[in-house]
Amino acid sequence: MRNKLKMILSALAGVLISMGPAFAGPNGDVRSSDWQIWLQEPASPTADRIVAFNGQLMVIETLIVIFVMGLMAYIAYRYSAKNNPVPSKTTHHVGLEVAWTILPIFILVGITIPSLKHLYFADRTPDAEMTLKITGNQWYWNYAYPDQNNLTFDSIFVPDDELKPGQPRMLTVDNKVYLPVETNIRLLMTSADVIHNWAIPSLSVKLDTVPGRINETWTRIHEKYVGKTIYGMCSELCGVNHGFMPIAIEAVSKEDFAKWVKQAQAKFASDDPKANVIVRLASAKVTR
Amino acid sequence: MANAAGAHHDEHHDHYPSFFSRWFCSTNHKDIGTVYMFVAMFAAIIGGGMSWYIRLELAEPGIQFIQDKQFYNVLLTAHGFLMIFFVVMPGTIGGFGNWFVPMMIGAPDMAFPRMNNISLWLLVVALLMLLISAFVEGGVGTGWTVYPPLSNSIYHPSPAVDFGILSLHLAGASSILGAINFIVTIFNMRAPGMTLHKMPLFVWSILVTAFLLVLALPVLAGGLTMLLTDRNFGTHFFDPAGGGDPILWQHLFWFFGHPEVYIIILPAFGIISQIVSTFSKKPVFGYLGMAYAMAAIGVVGFVVWAHHMYAVGLDVDTRAYFTAATMVIAVPTGVKIFSWLATMWGGSIEFKTPMLYAFGFIFLFVVGGVTGVTLANSSADLVFHDTYFVVAHFHYVMAIAAIFAMFAGWYYWIGKMSGKQYSEIWGKIQFWIFFIGVNVLFFPQHFAGLAGMPRRIPDYPDAFAGWNYVSSIGALITAVGTLLFFVILIRTYASGAKAEQNPWGVGATTLEWQVPSPAPFHTFEDQPDMSGKAPAE
Ligand SMILES: [Cu+2]
Repeated sequence: MRNKLKMILSALAGVLISMGPAFAGPNGDVRSSDWQIWLQEPASPTADRIVAFNGQLMVIETLIVIFVMGLMAYIAYRYSAKNNPVPSKTTHHVGLEVAWTILPIFILVGITIPSLKHLYFADRTPDAEMTLKITGNQWYWNYAYPDQNNLTFDSIFVPDDELKPGQPRMLTVDNKVYLPVETNIRLLMTSADVIHNWAIPSLSVKLDTVPGRINETWTRIHEKYVGKTIYGMCSELCGVNHGFMPIAIEAVSKEDFAKWVKQAQAKFASDDPKANVIVRLASAKVTR
Repeated sequence: MANAAGAHHDEHHDHYPSFFSRWFCSTNHKDIGTVYMFVAMFAAIIGGGMSWYIRLELAEPGIQFIQDKQFYNVLLTAHGFLMIFFVVMPGTIGGFGNWFVPMMIGAPDMAFPRMNNISLWLLVVALLMLLISAFVEGGVGTGWTVYPPLSNSIYHPSPAVDFGILSLHLAGASSILGAINFIVTIFNMRAPGMTLHKMPLFVWSILVTAFLLVLALPVLAGGLTMLLTDRNFGTHFFDPAGGGDPILWQHLFWFFGHPEVYIIILPAFGIISQIVSTFSKKPVFGYLGMAYAMAAIGVVGFVVWAHHMYAVGLDVDTRAYFTAATMVIAVPTGVKIFSWLATMWGGSIEFKTPMLYAFGFIFLFVVGGVTGVTLANSSADLVFHDTYFVVAHFHYVMAIAAIFAMFAGWYYWIGKMSGKQYSEIWGKIQFWIFFIGVNVLFFPQHFAGLAGMPRRIPDYPDAFAGWNYVSSIGALITAVGTLLFFVILIRTYASGAKAEQNPWGVGATTLEWQVPSPAPFHTFEDQPDMSGKAPAE
């Protein structure tokens, strides 16, 4: 009986999860697509778990809603004043009351146990192969690679009128952050001003950058995303241009990553990042 | 029971004070309740107007109307403050609470009538301060959570934020005074025989809410004061550069903020319980379970606050605790829902407008409740935090659900409050328009949130255009429903049919239905005696 229920649940969850790949972004990019109704495709081991877990939750929750709606519809029909002119006098039923207190507890425990497993899995990695340090700024991101000679650069929003063909609106940045696939990456986050949040839906990474603190989490991008851009947006209200500090990750192979690091070191060494910021911010349409 | 409460009262002519003394200097719980309700409706027009302007901007990608992005943040901040502190709380607690708590327990008035008056006018001043804050030098663009450092003097230098803080201080003081008044009234002024376990569930809901207010608001007041001194007097409570911690604010804020959610929804539970029982013509099923479920929600509500802070970088064990603790809330809320269903089960249900709204409330609360189970998980929060999924969740479970309870209460009690009855057919039409509107408005936001759309942004990637457009159409339908409500309200006052003492029949057993409509200026000629009676519900 239990097994049967489990089978039905996982089958239903399977249907929902299989909708995932249907919501791959345009051009194979990892971002949301028109009329999307489900989570973005999972691009990391954490995201694999979270997307599956969300599917299971959604099945349970949908069944609960259908159950209650069904009861309400039945009650509205069967116990309308027309169909049941004389109301009953029942006001207690100990068995029923105990049942609807105890049964939900089982469901909730069944949810909480896997949930906590995923939580601890997502928290941080014991064996990081490299580190990316992320600093939130009003209103751009600064990235540093401590293991790559402390390569540092800013990543700034590109406004609508400067987009090149094919670049997505609201998501494009001048300098993407390059990350190698199949690598355990430690993510360290802090902020230079207010609280921001570095959020990548398809990696299931979402962590505040808080001034005065360094928050840690991790990710590992799946191999199949080589050459793809993975998008995210700031997810904590950080002032006027909160909506205009997107995140774009270029997932590359380990070899290409090493090549990019060399080029980037040459490029950003000559660049005064602060001057760069001022120019870009001046050209961006900052209203206030 | 009919003669217990001065049934011949309508022949007796009350002596009303002059207009100014009656409405401005009032110490009468009914008049104060009426003013509270009109304050709530006034704030609802402004706060609702802001949300429609926001939905208008979000109907299409790109910036169409709100060129000033700070103004967009001001709108969403003020919308939150107005709806929470100046619409739902004054409506349910100040309005219906003031009107019907004394009546339902057979008390002549509130325990401290003058304090009742000062609660009301403090709130009005707070409302004015909040409205001023929106128009002072750029306004408050921090979100209703007012997180520092964004809310400190470096990033929000204008006095607008100080106005906002003082407004919340005053609103908080108003609510604390009101809460004390309710607690004292309910504990000391019940009619003979009206034991705690016979009190109508609406009174129970206000009692639990009052305790939440008294325990939670001082913590907010402390935090606000620290923020005020950080901004103006050089302290560094929330400033890491001075050894402070911005996360401390979040702990203080949400220690208040989570109970605040129950402050909003518990009175709604009370209203819905009265209505479900009345129109099913049955006493509430599992009365004690219902009362103690509310008390349990109140207690557990104080130990789950950090589930609003899963993303700030809390220790993983802390997040595990808050996940587990938050799950517990689903148990007493489940008891509420099943008890309402069981109350209706076997009943003889009249689908008058208040009952339609009660059905709508249960639907919204269940849909919003199950998504709350998702959001309780710190792991799932890795994708959902700060997305439109959260916006959809709390509007379903708390915001719109509370508005439904307020509409339900208004239709249920307007005859008693005004002496005029609303038009049933127009009430039903208004329900259906509003019900369809809010669902078209908020259901698609689940999809936008699942797809990854963040909250609090004036423009969005083009992929989210579809669901945002649908959502904005829903906002338009909701606006029509709201407008129709005000037409119904005006028509009821202007030309409504005379309300009977008890328009709802045998199901309406609470004491307010045993006095004439409108309830006389002095409710009870003789003190009602509940000795030997079954529980009122
Ligand atoms: Cu930001």
